[in-house]
Amino acid sequence: MTLWMLILVPLLAAPLAWWAERRSSSLPRWVAAGSLGLQLLLTLLLYSGWGGGPEPGHPWLLESRHSWIPRWGISLHLAVDGLSLVLLLLTAFLGLVAVAASWSEIRERTGFFHFNLLVVLAGVTGVFLALDLFLFFLFWELMLVPMYLLIALWGHEHRRYASFKFFLFTQAGSLFLLAAIVALALLHGQAAGKPSFDYADLVALPVPARAGWWLMLGFFAGFAVKLPAVPFHTWLPDAHTEAPTGGSVILAGLLLKTGAYGLLRFTIPLFPEQAREFAPVAMALGATGILYGGLLAFAQTDFKRLVAYSSVSHLGFALVGSFAMTELALQGATLQLVAHGISTGALFMLAGALQERLHTRDMRRMGGLWASMPRLAALALFFGLASLGLPGLANFVGEFLVLFGSFPQNPALTVLAAGGLVVAAVYSLAMLQRTFFGTPAEGLSAPDLSRIGVATLIAMAAVHVWLGWYPQAVLSTTEPAVRRIVLEAQAPTFADARRSRSQDAP
Amino acid sequence: MTAHALIVAMILFVLGLAGLLARRNIVYMLLSIEIMLNAASLAFIAAGSRWAAPDGQVMFFFILAFAAAEASVALAILLQLSDRFRTVDADAVSEMRH
Amino acid sequence: MLHLVPFIPALPFGGFLLLTLLGGRLSRRELTWIGVGSVGGSALLTALIAIPFLHGLPEAPSYSGRLWTWIDTAGLTAGMGWHLDALSLLMTLVITGVGFLIHLYSTEYMADDEGYRRFFAYMNLFVGSMLTLVLADNLLLLYLGWEGVGLCSYLLIGFWYRDPANGAAAQKAFIVTRTGDTALAVGLLLLFMELHTLSIQQAQTLAAGAWPIGSGIATAVAALLLAGAVGKSAQVPLQVWLPDAMAGPTPVSALIHAATMVTAGVYLIARLHGLFVLAPAVMGAVAIIGTVTLLLAGFSALVQRDIKRVLAYSTISQIGYMFLALGVGAWSAALFHFLTHACFKALLFLAAGAVILAVHHEQDIFRMGGLRRHSPVVFWTFLAGAAALSGLPLVTAGFYSKDWILWSVWSSPQGGRWLWAGGVLGAFLTALYSFRLVFRVFFGPRRAEPAWTPGRATRIPLVVLAALSLTVGLFEIPSTLGPVPLFSMYLSHALPLLHEPAAEDESSHEAAQQTVVTMASLAGVAVAAWMFLGRRRALETVASHPIAGAFARLWFDGWGFDRLYARLFVWPWHAVTREGTDGFDLLYDRLAGAVRSAHYWLTVTQTGQVRWYAASVALGALLMLVLAL
Repeated sequence: MTLWMLILVPLLAAPLAWWAERRSSSLPRWVAAGSLGLQLLLTLLLYSGWGGGPEPGHPWLLESRHSWIPRWGISLHLAVDGLSLVLLLLTAFLGLVAVAASWSEIRERTGFFHFNLLVVLAGVTGVFLALDLFLFFLFWELMLVPMYLLIALWGHEHRRYASFKFFLFTQAGSLFLLAAIVALALLHGQAAGKPSFDYADLVALPVPARAGWWLMLGFFAGFAVKLPAVPFHTWLPDAHTEAPTGGSVILAGLLLKTGAYGLLRFTIPLFPEQAREFAPVAMALGATGILYGGLLAFAQTDFKRLVAYSSVSHLGFALVGSFAMTELALQGATLQLVAHGISTGALFMLAGALQERLHTRDMRRMGGLWASMPRLAALALFFGLASLGLPGLANFVGEFLVLFGSFPQNPALTVLAAGGLVVAAVYSLAMLQRTFFGTPAEGLSAPDLSRIGVATLIAMAAVHVWLGWYPQAVLSTTEPAVRRIVLEAQAPTFADARRSRSQDAP
Repeated sequence: MTAHALIVAMILFVLGLAGLLARRNIVYMLLSIEIMLNAASLAFIAAGSRWAAPDGQVMFFFILAFAAAEASVALAILLQLSDRFRTVDADAVSEMRH
Repeated sequence: MLHLVPFIPALPFGGFLLLTLLGGRLSRRELTWIGVGSVGGSALLTALIAIPFLHGLPEAPSYSGRLWTWIDTAGLTAGMGWHLDALSLLMTLVITGVGFLIHLYSTEYMADDEGYRRFFAYMNLFVGSMLTLVLADNLLLLYLGWEGVGLCSYLLIGFWYRDPANGAAAQKAFIVTRTGDTALAVGLLLLFMELHTLSIQQAQTLAAGAWPIGSGIATAVAALLLAGAVGKSAQVPLQVWLPDAMAGPTPVSALIHAATMVTAGVYLIARLHGLFVLAPAVMGAVAIIGTVTLLLAGFSALVQRDIKRVLAYSTISQIGYMFLALGVGAWSAALFHFLTHACFKALLFLAAGAVILAVHHEQDIFRMGGLRRHSPVVFWTFLAGAAALSGLPLVTAGFYSKDWILWSVWSSPQGGRWLWAGGVLGAFLTALYSFRLVFRVFFGPRRAEPAWTPGRATRIPLVVLAALSLTVGLFEIPSTLGPVPLFSMYLSHALPLLHEPAAEDESSHEAAQQTVVTMASLAGVAVAAWMFLGRRRALETVASHPIAGAFARLWFDGWGFDRLYARLFVWPWHAVTREGTDGFDLLYDRLAGAVRSAHYWLTVTQTGQVRWYAASVALGALLMLVLAL
């Protein structure tokens, strides 16, 4: 029931927030903040009950399963393990951050804004919890439309273009995903006489090599668009740049994470053999993303666009780590997800604060802002350094674990990925230099960060530092889940399974 | 016998088609369509007698009923057109262009 | 007492946090107490810890512990742990001691700066990071400190952020060193893949057992680690960032050059000597890099006009000596030079800062002169520093350390006559450029009216450092002058000794060698006096020669490395990133364009003419019939 509560709290609060606008335009903020606070509290309760991890032989900390459409093998199946737990914590935390980020920025139709925000968050929560592929896809699509509306209604100048592009890209990816899910369920029907969308059934299903290859590509395409992996990333800079601050925070902090989560939870365990064969390609895409994203980040003049491209670069590490398929690399990838969610979310908040004050995102018109807004600049410095992977902050641990874990698998690509460390330094420092250092631009003086902004960002910085100095908080939580994924990734191939079965038979 | 009937039907059909494509007056176009329908009916009847099956004549009645329905709709449209555009020239009315 | 080791780095870190988070509410006096006190406390604590450590020495050569587990997953373990031995204690003493003096000096130097609090926060972070680096018991934590000092150098070089040139210098420093750091990181990846440990001690033990001397893997790891050290210690070919790093306030330069940052590379190689001895080829490379660097930088220092740039090139050159010593296996000699260099280079920078303030922030030595009488304290201490840098015999610390290095190069099996000759030429150059500075700045006609006289917070560090620059050499006196091997005995608890030559004829060799080195230094001073004292006619004759002019320009530009790197890396980078458009986006734009044009061609068929539709129906039917037949 707790699991359903996690989804239902934001989902039910959503219409309430919409309705609350009739009373006062700031009431929806409080509804949203309250419900997300409750969600954070519930997740923390789950986390504190985690203890020493799951019992042996039982992978899930908490599981809930109700029959839904038995004829097609569809059930309401939710479960949580260390991996999803960490991402759920991130969801609730960044949800609150997004509400705080919109506090002064969104003034029109606050009710509908928070309705959409809460529905997206419910969708994200569902994605992290669902263990039935049909249900998963339902939540997957639930995230999409409200996010589209957030960009299209509250976005900046080119919001129509950006929201269309976002919708088309992700929907095209989802189509592949849907086709693959249905095909997989039908394959189960062929093998076992009854179709099933259930995760446990499908993981145990030996998929024929050829069919598995296509299905794996379908799953990969759906998740790679969301991640995003080069070359499917081009929706991201537009969507991030044009979205309102809260939307950018959710997009970068959470929506992208669902892609990586999908890779870890579904693509690799469902098709271990094909994923292993595909790994060099995926890792190459990841390494390309790291360098390409970094290069383009440097080339941007728009503050938000720069941060957006840096996301492409950072999530390249997640992709490399996911497909290295060693425990160390997967741990690194998971930590990278959390770290990137916080650091990039914070950078988007800072970008939003700058835009609110200066009415521009063009860095050519900024410069020397340290003089007039030292608090904002100091926080930007902090998160800029986090983004370049400074040791002692969480991104460093994530990136280095990925590198350590991937190196034995593919040294050449790992060294290439390590080159991203230099590129990240170049673009992060360039961003700081163009914006906050140098000669103060004329006529650019504005009030420093508001109290709520400072409080939110300092909370984010504190979490970031904490994870940088004590990443075990995340690592020990995700360890059993990650170990299971690694075990599943090393599962015998279909051919092996058949061979052993024929040997068993007299 | 059947061959002759089919040739006549073909000639009628081509006449109707030519009329449909050549005339711009909607009334004549409707007449051409009727001719084409009748050509088809003739072909059905000829085929029915060739195979000694009643299906050909069934189809004739079907086309007859169909033609009547079509004519009533078409004439209604014709009336509307001449009322709104003050013309019965089909080419002058191209409101449905992309 | 020993269990208080973690407080040594924790105090400066705490100072940084206090200054950053609460600093806005504190008075300037409180800021000073926190900023200077944290490092002072750290220095005091180190001294207190040194006493029991020295007492327990032969039996307990090292002391380690762990605060908490940093990372422990999937076979990778790294703790927040420390390892205190003779080597790290020496480093810690120098960092906190010299660091404290520099902090004290800064209270006066930075007194009127609007960024007073920010300055001390960064400085504390700098010291804390460096202490983390030297005390770390595993390579990942060492890397944390390693990057931390890189960050602080970035922050402090660009401290006066309003001038874009300072920002450029700061970025250059960070990016160049990070290039080296990335090589170091790859080295760690390789090391971990092979040995499955990141513990510094364990890795060396395991490597000694697993890798034969000269094996490919040992060479690869050592070479990658060397690349990291080269970046941090500003050796050829990554030395380009250091001269520009002079953009920061002068105390920062003192801290970067003397106590922290650039010596990190030396420390890394000494700390991991167990890996380097497995790779003789890399050791040779270390020695050659050291020699090349000390010569290139020595020549460059000869012709600089900016007082701080002269000192910067001098640092590169002196670190070159340390690398040379490391390369021939003379670990203790390298560390001894580190110790003496920390004293006299900090002294020179602080004295230079006093000079700069005295002449209204002028840094061009051609616009100084005759400052001898204005402030005798600055003059005499600067003279002591310059003498130590030049290695004037017997009375200065630099003499003992440089002599030790060159004797080791001469006598070590890995050394060689060429390396030694390079070192001796370097000694000549060192004396020449040091006394060029002295004569330019303090002698001759007065070109600017001095305005500022140093206060107590400036004078105390200068005098203390001057005293140290003259005396620390006495810890290790070569056998020819009555042996005092205190320093080498102390370090032998952490680093292996270079084999001690005992034979009688060796001793006479050593004396001869010493004479040559001493003559080279004295010749440098004499030439400097001849060229820069009095009427300077000799200098004009040399300078007017076209070939000399060409060389002078080349040296002035640091041998053109900057221009080379601009062509090789900076220009291509800017060429690639000039347009911010995404190539893949163009691809998708093409796709969208194709869909749009297909749409256009299909809409063309929608004429709205009934007859056109009828014709197309007829044609379509005909086509299908034909196809069916």
